[in-house]
Amino acid sequence: MAARKNRKRLEVLEKVPTGITGFDEITQGGLPRGRPTLICGGPGSGKTLFGMEFLMRGATEYGEPGVFISFEETMEEMTKNVASLGFDLKHLMATKKLFFEYVHIERSEIEETGAYDLEGLFIRINDAITIVGAKRVVLDTIESLFAGLPNPFILRAELRRLFRWLKKKGMTAVITGEQGTGSLTRHGMEEYISDCVILLDHRVSGQVSTRRLRILKYRGSTHGANEYPFLIDEKGITVLPITSLGLRHTVTSQRISSGIPRLDAMLGGKGFFRGSSILVSGTAGTGKTSIAAQFAAAGCRRGEKCLFFSFEESPSQIMRNMQSIGVDLQTPVKRGLLEFHAERPTLYGLETHLAAMHKLMQKFKPGIVVIDPVSNLGMVGNEADVKLMLIRLIDYMKEEGITALFTTLTNPGSALEQTEVGISSLTDTWLLLRDIELGGERNRTLYVLKSRGMAHSNQIREFLLTDHGVDLLDVYIGPSGVLTGTARLSQESKEREADKMFFQDLECKNLRLENRKKAMEAQIAAMRAELESEAAEVKRLKEQELARKKERTALKKTMVRMRKAD
Amino acid sequence: MQPKKVKKIKAEVWDLRLYVAGQTSKSIAAFANLKNICEQHLKGKYRIEIIDLLKNPRLAQGDQILAIPTLVRKLPQPLKKIIGDLSNTERVLVGLDIRSGATLP
Repeated sequence: MAARKNRKRLEVLEKVPTGITGFDEITQGGLPRGRPTLICGGPGSGKTLFGMEFLMRGATEYGEPGVFISFEETMEEMTKNVASLGFDLKHLMATKKLFFEYVHIERSEIEETGAYDLEGLFIRINDAITIVGAKRVVLDTIESLFAGLPNPFILRAELRRLFRWLKKKGMTAVITGEQGTGSLTRHGMEEYISDCVILLDHRVSGQVSTRRLRILKYRGSTHGANEYPFLIDEKGITVLPITSLGLRHTVTSQRISSGIPRLDAMLGGKGFFRGSSILVSGTAGTGKTSIAAQFAAAGCRRGEKCLFFSFEESPSQIMRNMQSIGVDLQTPVKRGLLEFHAERPTLYGLETHLAAMHKLMQKFKPGIVVIDPVSNLGMVGNEADVKLMLIRLIDYMKEEGITALFTTLTNPGSALEQTEVGISSLTDTWLLLRDIELGGERNRTLYVLKSRGMAHSNQIREFLLTDHGVDLLDVYIGPSGVLTGTARLSQESKEREADKMFFQDLECKNLRLENRKKAMEAQIAAMRAELESEAAEVKRLKEQELARKKERTALKKTMVRMRKAD
Repeated sequence: MQPKKVKKIKAEVWDLRLYVAGQTSKSIAAFANLKNICEQHLKGKYRIEIIDLLKNPRLAQGDQILAIPTLVRKLPQPLKKIIGDLSNTERVLVGLDIRSGATLP
């Protein structure tokens, strides 16, 4: 049972975590345990730092002491260099977690007089390893031996022996090498170290530099083959994976208000989805920032934290401008709910921007993030780079459940439905702002171009920037499309006029009807009176007739009596 | 110039240090070669110290020893290092800077 377990463990290449942010993710665990790894790159590409951080993190975070054999920098220089990254080399050496050995050769002092070997170096490394009980070794840059020692044939054989020896001792080694022309390293170190080769690169495009890392080779392991941007800041190296591994973020059906009630109504009556990404695009002066600010202010009123990245205006300028349309941003800033970060995009490269944003988001933990505008990032990178950066940013925010609002400037010349940085497909909701020119004036309109997962309005709505924020107005559709501005006003007054006319007409007709009704009723009364008088006449005649009959009967009786007949 | 230099060298003691790592064939050869050269050119005014790095590994740092065997000329100044088994006598003499003195009668 135990044997089988052992064998199983042997089958998989064991890895040593470097502790370098992001690197262990792309290599799925770190560097190969007990094997040498070659780090090559041009001058200033961060090779030494990579090696040093590997040792420092190993010593402080993973309990693996290390040995740094420096062929270039002295102990004093190195102590100063890494102090800026927050590592205390002297303390680590005093506590026997790290051993620093400076190996120096002066070519002018050395004369070669026959066969030699590098046993002296072996002994020094071995001694250093024994002193601290090292598991990790860094040789930086062993190639400088070629400049210091004559007879490259002996040197090559000895280096081959050195790497084999390190492997036998089970050391996880990092060997740095200066990039040569046409080869990975100046002296072809890649011939000897073939387990894992990592290339560091430092490129400048458009005056902005970006560091990139690529894993050329990793025997016995799968690895990401992309070029990964990385940065060096006060916390050391941070490698940024291009994209997250999959689209796995969970979503909520919770809705949050846009801060504009009538816009919420257009978005299925409830506003945006929490954790979605919203794009607000439009030409200059269409009110993108105002909508963004109103959204942020509404979030803060709900008690959510909001991070506002501004690439165009300073915080105080935004606050003053928004005050003029009645959006209060000062109060949430004072309460610590809203934080501004205003920087010119050209301050540093895309990667640094991304990392800085990551860091701020991790620290501040906002529910809402506004980036105003993302199109300005196009200044420091080409479209593809910016898109990749935004994909990573959006992925991160989705994973954290942050609702993100980006504004982007559309050039008047290009199609409205084309965003500068091509991120429309990445966003869930797209609000398009445009100016409608009609009757000698420009008016702002807004419509929802898309909104994933909700029934949204198809109307183009005019909106006004009033002293109580953004206000969406009713829609008036005239013969030439939507009416805005004064055309809308005149249409409104026309409609009011028509209403009035109609009302008056109705009144008039009503009165006439009333009059006729009265006349008719009078007529009816007269006729009824006539009828009644006729009826009375008939009744009188009938009574007369009856009286006469009675009289006649009485007369007859009297006559009979008088005649004494029968 | 030349006679002056010879005088100076004569007045000095040659302090030589040979770094080895155990009793390897190269170390033994180096010691034998060194002994020969010194006897021939520096008789009576030299001192050889042999340092075995296997016994004292820390000593390698002081003189920045990488290659084995390495001969270090501590005195006279300046410091000189000669690597290899010292089989090439010509180059040892050049390296130790005793060639000029030896050629003079």
